[in-house]
Amino acid sequence: MKNILGREVPDNIKGYGEVKHYDGYLASKGTKTKRSIKLTNVLPGDEKLHDNLDTVLDKLPLKDGMVVSFHHHLRNGDFVLNMVMEKIAARGYKDITIAASSIFPCHGELVELIEKKVVTSIYAAYISGPVAEAISAGKLENPAVMHTHGGRARIMESGDLSIDIAFIAAPTSDDYGNINGVDGKSACGALGYAYTDAETADITVAITDNLVEYPNTTIDIPQTLIDYVVVVDAIGDPNGIVSGTTQITKNPIGLKIANMTTELIKNSGYFKDGMSFQTGAGGVSLAVAADMKAEMIENNIKGSFASGGITGYIVDMYKEGLFKSLFDVQCFDLAAIKSAKENPGHMTMSASMYANADNKGSVVNKLDVVILGATEIDTDFNVNVTTTSDGTIMGGSGGHADTSAGAKLAIIVTQLANSRISAIKDRVTALTTPGETVDVIVTERGIAINPKRTELIERLKETNLPIMTIDELKNIAENMTGKPKEVEFTDEIVAVIEYRDGTVLDVVRKAK
Amino acid sequence: MLRRSMLFMPGNNPGMLQTAEVFGSDSVILDLEDAVSLGEKDAARILIKGALKTFNYGTTEVVIRINPFSTPYALEDIDVMARLKPNAILLPKATPEDMKLLDEMLTKIEKEEGFEEGSIRIHALVETTYGVETVYETIQMSNRVDSVCLGGEDLAADLGVARTKDSEELFYARTKVVNACKALKIDAIDTPFTDTNDEAGLLADTIHAKKLGFTGKLSINPRQINTIHKVYSPTADEISWANRVMYAKDEAEKEGLGVFSLDGKMIDAPIISRAMNTLNTARVIGLIK
Repeated sequence: MKNILGREVPDNIKGYGEVKHYDGYLASKGTKTKRSIKLTNVLPGDEKLHDNLDTVLDKLPLKDGMVVSFHHHLRNGDFVLNMVMEKIAARGYKDITIAASSIFPCHGELVELIEKKVVTSIYAAYISGPVAEAISAGKLENPAVMHTHGGRARIMESGDLSIDIAFIAAPTSDDYGNINGVDGKSACGALGYAYTDAETADITVAITDNLVEYPNTTIDIPQTLIDYVVVVDAIGDPNGIVSGTTQITKNPIGLKIANMTTELIKNSGYFKDGMSFQTGAGGVSLAVAADMKAEMIENNIKGSFASGGITGYIVDMYKEGLFKSLFDVQCFDLAAIKSAKENPGHMTMSASMYANADNKGSVVNKLDVVILGATEIDTDFNVNVTTTSDGTIMGGSGGHADTSAGAKLAIIVTQLANSRISAIKDRVTALTTPGETVDVIVTERGIAINPKRTELIERLKETNLPIMTIDELKNIAENMTGKPKEVEFTDEIVAVIEYRDGTVLDVVRKAK
Repeated sequence: MLRRSMLFMPGNNPGMLQTAEVFGSDSVILDLEDAVSLGEKDAARILIKGALKTFNYGTTEVVIRINPFSTPYALEDIDVMARLKPNAILLPKATPEDMKLLDEMLTKIEKEEGFEEGSIRIHALVETTYGVETVYETIQMSNRVDSVCLGGEDLAADLGVARTKDSEELFYARTKVVNACKALKIDAIDTPFTDTNDEAGLLADTIHAKKLGFTGKLSINPRQINTIHKVYSPTADEISWANRVMYAKDEAEKEGLGVFSLDGKMIDAPIISRAMNTLNTARVIGLIK
């Protein structure tokens, strides 16, 4: 059937089950129940510490069909997922579900396990690289479930997906499982996604390459949530964990988009004392942060908080007093990691606190302005950040749909036309974020405001900003690029895109 | 037209041709000369031809820099490009002799194509010592000339001196070009500032050139446009002053006064003209309605 967004989504999907159709971004309002979690108590004298992964795996109730979770704070430098899955595969277990907060190119070894049916289901908020290509090619037994960062926390807390064993990459741990992400050779900063895994899994294993004496003096995840601690040589490659320094774009188009975005924010009505703000680590996002910093200083604006993945640029704004505090679910660079360790106002938060729609209030609900990207946007303001225009999976929501729903002003920044591809289409190839939660699209050639935001249109029409309708923007792009031929898909569903409340927004089909 | 900034874009880069007008420069110069290697001259002509037929550059002036007459490419450049009816041709290493030749060719092509005579304008890029010494004659060779642009890099090479950050070596050329342009009522466009990462240097250089009388600046990177526009756009104070002058003029006219003063200073025709120019510029660039 067609859902309310006009996407063709079956009522029942093989390998996924019954579909709850998307019914509006606020439809999940109501009373919720958390699932109960099994725990095995640890008594005086019991040891949690192991010096190799095999002895821990010997103790775990491994079984065919189990659900294991991983988190992605080590990003493209993560060793833990491959290390654990290789051992599980070697022991002959099959039909495993992996719940990883994100999957990166470094996890390419999973493809072989997918082909051998060791791994048959994957849940993730973001998938890129060889695993994404394998899923797109229909190699995974069941459709991948692509949720949001907040949706992942919701799934785990509600029990929609029960995690049997969580494997936590722990940059530093003591022998009783007090973990932090800010110390050690594999320091990655905030452990927001891992915190939710540790809280909700039946069994939790901390894997560390930096064992310190009890008690660890900085505790992000406490001992009360950890069953086992295992020491390995390395949990990750520092070169892949952080990129050193994230850089403001030098691309003139990106800078122009950033300047226009800042001008828009300045005139939006949200640019005032107490404002809260989130932007990513991409070059354009950082350029917006740099412009915002200058404008906040010039206009003597003091913000409330910045949130999300934190970068050195946001840390600088905090240090200059432009934000009272930072809410950090993952650090994007070395400056952010250092700040998470040193600055009291730099607070780490769990994925649930960050973005779960089904708790008593997440941080995204308190956001004024968020800057987000897009691969495609359609004339209903729906956004795709899950697939390329040819339908291959190359990303996913992450916090896109969560922050877009929560923030008062959700701004999408994108280049309108890149060579022969227009960013604006009649219909996005895959729908990641519903248009009803998107307020503004900023491109180098013009700005489109969601017609529902009449007060914003009124406010901005007095400025020199090039405001136009989204159809006008689309026409400009298509005059340059022409209208691309539609990609053809088979009926085979390779991924299901869940909204943050667990309803289904769209499916990704295998391309012909 | 307002010509605060003229931005060079390589003629052999499709992505840049597609975005040429996006950065808000008053003119874009699609380049067939220095930015295009010898083996790509043909390809660049074809790309520019495609771009001018496909893309709408809106109100941005589209200028094409041809190769100099001293190369084997100039004649074909003119023959192909002029038939696309760009707003203007930028003549490199401009001299009176080359200007005469270009004007004659454009006149001939305009006739053949049925374009209005003189509709393709010319900007003269002065970048040799001979070009500097003859700039006044060069402008007079054609009534199509809208501006003289100064090319500091080639000129320094011709002078046999190094280019410096403060452009001391260009002082004579700058003032000579400005003087010729002012005398013949056309725009004087300053040489580009070539360190694209030095925003403060660009700002200082642009302010200095404006003080010498230049009306705009060439640019080699879109990131320079905002800074150039900042210098060549009226400030809020200047707009306010111009408004006050025009108000005082209107009041004086109502009272039948030929001469009047503002803030204790006599206001005469040149000051009124300056105020009108300021307001006009502010209106064109959207600072006032």
